[in-house]
Amino acid sequence: MISLEVTDLHKSYGSQPVLRGIDLAVVAGSFTSILGPSGSGKTTLLRVIAGFERADHGAVRLGGESVDDGERYVAPEGRRIGFVPQDGSLFPHLSVEQNVGFGLPRRERRGRRVVELLDMAGLSGLERRYPHQLSGGQQQRVALARALAIEPSLVLLDEPFASLDASLRAALRQDVRRVLKKAGTTALLVTHDQDEALSLADRVAIIHDGQIGQCDTPQALYGRPASPELAVGLGETNFLRGKARGDAVETPLGLLCLKAAAAPVGTALVVLVRPEQIVLSHDPGEDHCGARVVEAEFYGHDAVVRLRADWDDSAIVVARISDASTVPPLGARVGVSVRGDVVAWPDGGRSSRADPESGQE
Amino acid sequence: MVTVLALPLAFLLREALDAGVSNLWHLIWRSLTASLLWNTVRLTVVVTVLCAVIGTLAAYGVERTDLPGARVWAVLVVVPFAIPDFVVSFGWSSLSSWVQGFRGAVLVMTLAVYPLVYLPVAASLRGADPGQEDIARSLGVGRLVTFFRVTLGQARRAIFGGCLLVALVILAEYGAFEILGFQTFTTEIFTEFRIVDTSVACALSLVLVVLGLFVLMGESASRGGGRVSRTGSGVQRALVRRHLGHARLPVLVAYALLVVAALGVPIGSSVYWIFEGGADSLVGASLGSAALYTAGYSLGAALVATAMALPVALLVTRHPGRVHAMLERTTFLVLAMPGLVVALAISYFSTQYANSFGYQTAPLLVLAYSIMFFPLALVCVRASVAQSSVSLEEVAGSLGVRRLPAVLRVTLPLIAPGIGAAFCLVFLSAVTELTATLILIPTNAETLATQFWAYQQNLSYGQAAPFALVIIAIAAVPSYVLGRFFDRLPRRGLAQAQREVV
Repeated sequence: MISLEVTDLHKSYGSQPVLRGIDLAVVAGSFTSILGPSGSGKTTLLRVIAGFERADHGAVRLGGESVDDGERYVAPEGRRIGFVPQDGSLFPHLSVEQNVGFGLPRRERRGRRVVELLDMAGLSGLERRYPHQLSGGQQQRVALARALAIEPSLVLLDEPFASLDASLRAALRQDVRRVLKKAGTTALLVTHDQDEALSLADRVAIIHDGQIGQCDTPQALYGRPASPELAVGLGETNFLRGKARGDAVETPLGLLCLKAAAAPVGTALVVLVRPEQIVLSHDPGEDHCGARVVEAEFYGHDAVVRLRADWDDSAIVVARISDASTVPPLGARVGVSVRGDVVAWPDGGRSSRADPESGQE
Repeated sequence: MVTVLALPLAFLLREALDAGVSNLWHLIWRSLTASLLWNTVRLTVVVTVLCAVIGTLAAYGVERTDLPGARVWAVLVVVPFAIPDFVVSFGWSSLSSWVQGFRGAVLVMTLAVYPLVYLPVAASLRGADPGQEDIARSLGVGRLVTFFRVTLGQARRAIFGGCLLVALVILAEYGAFEILGFQTFTTEIFTEFRIVDTSVACALSLVLVVLGLFVLMGESASRGGGRVSRTGSGVQRALVRRHLGHARLPVLVAYALLVVAALGVPIGSSVYWIFEGGADSLVGASLGSAALYTAGYSLGAALVATAMALPVALLVTRHPGRVHAMLERTTFLVLAMPGLVVALAISYFSTQYANSFGYQTAPLLVLAYSIMFFPLALVCVRASVAQSSVSLEEVAGSLGVRRLPAVLRVTLPLIAPGIGAAFCLVFLSAVTELTATLILIPTNAETLATQFWAYQQNLSYGQAAPFALVIIAIAAVPSYVLGRFFDRLPRRGLAQAQREVV
């Protein structure tokens, strides 16, 4: 069942278009992330869904009922959408308990429901505290519990972890996911952090230039991005030039199998090879292409090696090595091969895109 | 709103232009003696510097050292704010003939207005990041140099803001200087208005406004690129208080001296004169009615000024833009206009243009107070409005709460302290106001300030003293409330409030 449906949504601020035809469907009970860089319009999208802003064009439907379609407009208080802003926006003059109970009818504000919510969010014992007495993570938990109190059909999370430090962020992320799953609430998270989007959500929608580029499961999005641009948006990339050979593609690194046939035989292709698909061998033999190690980054659980390729002086190949103890020394010559199937697109002359350096870290 | 605020100045300009520019210059030059200008400027400079030093040191001692009884000193040091300048002046000059002329004016004004520097500086020291001092020390900078380069740097804006207010108050002061026999622009304008020539008074008023604008511009230029910001997030560390060690006793003595001079002498000498002069029953009766009139006018002014400030604050904070800029500039202008000028302009308008309509009636007096103290009310309300962001109302909406209940349950509780503070501040200022009151007071009414003034002018100190004490008593309550407001304002709001004040 579809909980939220957005069709052809447009929104401009003055003459500046921010959303340019957003289409999005969110299944009830699922956790969807909207991933995009700052300025891509993701917060605006959230604000239109919540009803803080009206759409210029297009429609927003909640549980099949239209809440904003150019004629009908339901005010935020009529939508039953929980909203967790970036800074929490707790009411500073109210205690934790009063914040959580804010949206409930008067007689329920001190009742069991509030106690349950506090317990679920791991806030027991903090009932009487005021927002300024809480840590950043605790404030976000209160904001989430407050949003869940009204039993919303949908919870919107606007980069709720952005202001927290890394260790806290990871722990809170999983807590939030657990709480939302337990409550069975549909959730929509916007973020610019790809790890966050991939690790939390059932589905990820990539927003680019005011439009949804692709919406799919995290695995599919990572493994089979719809375009080179989307691939760059999700993790580090290597792009190779190649020629289509049916189910395979001919590249400087040999003949690679395609996940799906891309184009007629002979067509020029851009091939995506993720760093973890690159395999290094210590001696560049006859059947391997050679490369020279120019940089190595050690992360403990794995390592990233950058290589200058023999077949193209200007190309740098990024490889992720899962056993960090086998990292070759700087300057060493190694053999390079690719494991697994690859994705490719017809080469539309985007050679500048095919630069691994432009991949996100 | 803008029109009402700018009205006084508009009338002054109109009148001045009517008289003709050359005529105007003539009027100004005839009465503008070099000694008048010299008096005004040197007093302003000396008192401002003294207030900056005393106010800053007092604030540092209370906020950043292990001064015994810091919280008590914090209250005692601020209370002189509630004592009218003319009462401080009366208290000192009635005790000793040494206190008169320039030296008397410096002593009295410094004691009366240093809290204007103390308050913002104390607030900024409390909100500043103590980590910066640690960093300075870790970079090998000594303790004293750290104080000057880092601590004072953090409070710089607050110090300049306080100095600005001090300078404006001195430009506008009348009563205290009259008692001390010290001639400044304002006393001269008053004399001209009362006994010589109204048009000269108007012309001189324009010069005073220009002086005020100079002060304002000087302050905003000195503000420059100085930015005070906290980088990094997380909970602020507790401030490390500096140990006074052997300096403890001298510092305590200094605080005691300050409190005695600013608080003890005015109150003590008023009490002394009551016993010495023997107040008669006549005073008792008029004391009651004068207190009622004072309270009535002040309450009216507090209500009107706060009511004007609320929509302006909401507008300015939530919808920045051209309206914002215009209101900002108007407030700026009002700030530079001494009460005397506002009163003169209003009285001039009502007698010349409105056929004496409303002249010397209660509504006109309340209007004058409201215009004069509007910037003060705005400061308080804005500080609160800035704290209650729109996003809070939005969140309330997303929780299913309608707009009006959301305003009642979220916005109002958040800005209520600010509204209360604005009310108190305007009330306090109106109770202690003398200059404009003398000009605009309704014919058959007397306020505490005007009654005090009448007796004091007759040298009936025994009769004047009870009025001074009642003024102090009435003003003490709101000033206490006010102190609590600024004390409890969270840091973000506080920084905002400072930005507004200065």
